[in-house]
Amino acid sequence: MRALDRKLFRDLWHLRGQVLAIAAVIMGGVATMVMSLSTYDSLTTTRDRFYSEYRFAEVFASLKRAPEPVAERLAALPGVERVESRVMAGVKLEVEGFSDPITGQLLSLPDVGEAQLNRLHLKRGRSVQPWSSDEVVLSDTFADAHGFQPGDRLAAIINGKRKQLTVVGVAVSPEYVYQIAPGSMFPDFKRYGVLWMGRNALAAAYDMEGAFNQVSLILARGAHEQDVIDRVDAVLGTYGGTGAYGRKNQFSNRFLSEELKQLQTMATVFPAIFLGVAAFLLNVVLSRLIALQRDQIAILKAFGYPYLAIGAHYVKLVLLMAVLGVAGGVALGAWFGQGLSNVYMETTFRFPYLDYRLNAGVILVALGISAFAAVSGTLFSVARAVRLPPAEGMRPEMPVAYRATLVERIGLQRWFSAPTRMILRHIERRPLKSLLTVLGIACACGLMMVGNYQKGAIDFMVDVQFKQSAREDLALAFIEPTSGRALYELAALPGIYFVEGFRDVPAILRFGHYEHRAALFGIQPEGQLHRSLDRTLQPVALPPGGVVLTDHLANKILHVKPGDMLTVEVLEGRRPVLQVPVLGITKQYLGVSAYMQQESLNALMREGSTMSGAYLAVEPGTEAELYARLHERPRVLGMVANKAAIQSFYATIGEFILFYNLVATLLAGAIGFGVVYNSARIALSERGRELASLRVLGFTRGEIAYILLGELALLTLAAIPVGFLVGIGLVGILIVAFQNELYRLPLLLTPENYAMGAAVVIVSALLSALLLWLRLGRLDLVAVLKTRE
Amino acid sequence: MMDRMPTDQAQANAVFVAHGLTKIYRMGEVEVHALRGIDLTLNRGELVVLLGPSGSGKSTLLNILGGLDAPSGGEVRYLDHALTDASEAELTRFRREHVGFVFQFYNLIPSLTARENVAAVTEIAESPMRPEDALALVGLGNRLDHFPAQLSGGEQQRVAIARAVAKNPAVLLCDEPTGALDSATGVVVLEVLEKVNRELGTLTVLITHNAGIADMADRVIRLSDGRIADIHANAVKKAAHELSW
Repeated sequence: MRALDRKLFRDLWHLRGQVLAIAAVIMGGVATMVMSLSTYDSLTTTRDRFYSEYRFAEVFASLKRAPEPVAERLAALPGVERVESRVMAGVKLEVEGFSDPITGQLLSLPDVGEAQLNRLHLKRGRSVQPWSSDEVVLSDTFADAHGFQPGDRLAAIINGKRKQLTVVGVAVSPEYVYQIAPGSMFPDFKRYGVLWMGRNALAAAYDMEGAFNQVSLILARGAHEQDVIDRVDAVLGTYGGTGAYGRKNQFSNRFLSEELKQLQTMATVFPAIFLGVAAFLLNVVLSRLIALQRDQIAILKAFGYPYLAIGAHYVKLVLLMAVLGVAGGVALGAWFGQGLSNVYMETTFRFPYLDYRLNAGVILVALGISAFAAVSGTLFSVARAVRLPPAEGMRPEMPVAYRATLVERIGLQRWFSAPTRMILRHIERRPLKSLLTVLGIACACGLMMVGNYQKGAIDFMVDVQFKQSAREDLALAFIEPTSGRALYELAALPGIYFVEGFRDVPAILRFGHYEHRAALFGIQPEGQLHRSLDRTLQPVALPPGGVVLTDHLANKILHVKPGDMLTVEVLEGRRPVLQVPVLGITKQYLGVSAYMQQESLNALMREGSTMSGAYLAVEPGTEAELYARLHERPRVLGMVANKAAIQSFYATIGEFILFYNLVATLLAGAIGFGVVYNSARIALSERGRELASLRVLGFTRGEIAYILLGELALLTLAAIPVGFLVGIGLVGILIVAFQNELYRLPLLLTPENYAMGAAVVIVSALLSALLLWLRLGRLDLVAVLKTRE
Repeated sequence: MMDRMPTDQAQANAVFVAHGLTKIYRMGEVEVHALRGIDLTLNRGELVVLLGPSGSGKSTLLNILGGLDAPSGGEVRYLDHALTDASEAELTRFRREHVGFVFQFYNLIPSLTARENVAAVTEIAESPMRPEDALALVGLGNRLDHFPAQLSGGEQQRVAIARAVAKNPAVLLCDEPTGALDSATGVVVLEVLEKVNRELGTLTVLITHNAGIADMADRVIRLSDGRIADIHANAVKKAAHELSW
């Protein structure tokens, strides 16, 4: 080994504490990046493979009812490659020993041959036998939530008639990677299930013999999706079609895409912060190392080592630290990535398999970015070392010039002891370095706050959604729009103490070239249960005659403001196209909605007082009995109980929160400790001689520790409020980056968030202080008498 | 040679009394005998020069007297305290209250002015002089608010002396105080030490390998190979300004 390389490893070993601290920071950045990118790659690859292997359709359409030959007409349309018609039915399910309402989606499987599109992947059991009358395949989420095995039985109320079903298999489908009941906010595996049964049996039970009410299709090569959608709509219009849509509006796929987009955001924002901090640390440590080695560099140059060799020596040193960090980061990131992918697989997305993928490209990018950050961070110091003339390098450095600080110059000096003045002057002499240290520590604080932000934010969103806005205990959907008189019958049921009807109409909202598929919700203008909220989250009365949009829908999707005229293409009944004024904008964190007064909506639809469902307030304790009664009512299609929905949501999201908290704590801790410990170690190596001199002069260890740790404490304390600002800023970035149709995060930081941010900084500082205190005990007092700097 | 002072008088005047001091450093597998049995008495008001080549043990002896190092064997007393048995905290207090150090490389705190460098020590001392007075004593009354970076080497060393004497120590220990200075500047520093010794009566122990400096001492102790080779009292002390090397 060449002598210079040997020196390299000795220096690394000598600096091991700092090397580890720096590597930890790089590791943090790389781990977040690898975790996010590998999870992103894995989920994308898995999705694409699953979609193509199981023939996920490209265009979907629902309709009221069409005779089977209509499907052949669709197949003959230009741009259509393959068509499959199905029968789809909303059902109520009964599971023994479970009294909460369960809704389900029942889909037909062809009795002859295999499904052409949206094929099932069987996890257990088998598919239904042709022409069987009672066999079903269950979605795995629902089966797992209730522990169903092939051979078990359950009952479904199809079209008002109870039917006993036998489970023969458990499957996942590309159509239901993300499963959520229509109209509900979160997945609830216990209370919503997807089932597949033979076409013949389902059609018989649902009065759909020789007919279909759902169709999926795949486009021919080169076909334009929108053209095909228009053609399909033209055909299905007379059969009660509710408008065909492509994959991007298919609910499961849309949610999956949103989630993947967020992963990508995470893969850019957070590693950038970590690597920035790492570059700063490397810069500081390297400048110091080079200052300490200036005589060695001078001697090497005097020996005739070329500048390039010496420069390369230090670049290698930095790169080794970076490689160490990257190696650790890739390992940790792959571990986190697998963990995160599994959390996704268990809680959110159902794929038959997971192609966990750590692309070499990701590793190379991590290495490239880290090396760039490290080298650019140190280039200046290295260049300075290389430029130093040998003779100058071998002379001792002049005493560093200090001056009285600002606080002293304005006349406060008499309040400070000599040690305190030393602290203040040392900070003020290198304002940039002090500032960067403060910023580095602040980043740790901010990251910790972001990591712990979600819990409070979700609590807040849930509170706003379910305590302020959708306050009903139970939302009931009727099988079809029903006269308002149905409300009186409901109100008479024991256990219900308040009823509020609603009307919802599927529609496409258009403004200019912007459009959105949604339901127009007709609710009560001054409703007690379901209310819309203004900017300050106060309930507002809905004005008559127009539509009120939630903020995200108005501002980000449709780009309308109050006073604009919205084109509403109703997808129900005679499918009128209407012009409706926008009357206001309301605040909503979950989902997007378009609200009207129910009466105004009825008027628009040219119908009498008509309801699609009702919101109920239920007396506590009467739920089970009430659910059973409602379940018996043939006109009730389904029920969503909010409390249960929230609980199941917390159960799913809990794992995510825990995972992110763990990752954030580890990474923020790494940064916090990395910055504080390095700053402290550098301060010690810069001032070790000074402090040892003071020890010789009779200062106690505590007194010199005050000088060293006092500076650290001051910078740490200054960093905490700055860290709060960084945290708020990062949360702001997160909110902007993550806002989507499904939810918008609120800018809300709880006292606990601030406390956690401050805690990670303080704990890092205390740990560093402890290590430093131990080092101060080993100061060589005799050496300072003899050696110059 | 023997210490010829009568025993009781010697006891009354003695600041340090050492018996059979040895110091062995272990450097890997090699044992270095830095001190091989030193018997020594240092008295109030004396100016003593420890003379010897590199490795003769003079710095080790000074470090033990100053409470910076512990001997491997033997005993050393400061007045009626045994330094040999003292704890780390007691040694720190000993240095704080009784010892003034002057280093070869000054070891001033760069972030403090001349006045504040002195004040750093007087703030923790029991009955110090005013920093301004200490600096006036070393002839720097007009450089009070200068930082070390603004002072010459000789001036920095004089600040260091002011810092060492400001707490009114019983002993002033100087390790090669002129080692980093040219001879003209060195003489100025020695004049200051001479003045401090004369006016404050502080026992001053000065290490040097420069035999020319020995002429200003009351007694010259010559060390060689960890032993006292020779002690002699100068019948006539030279003034510092008469020295040259």
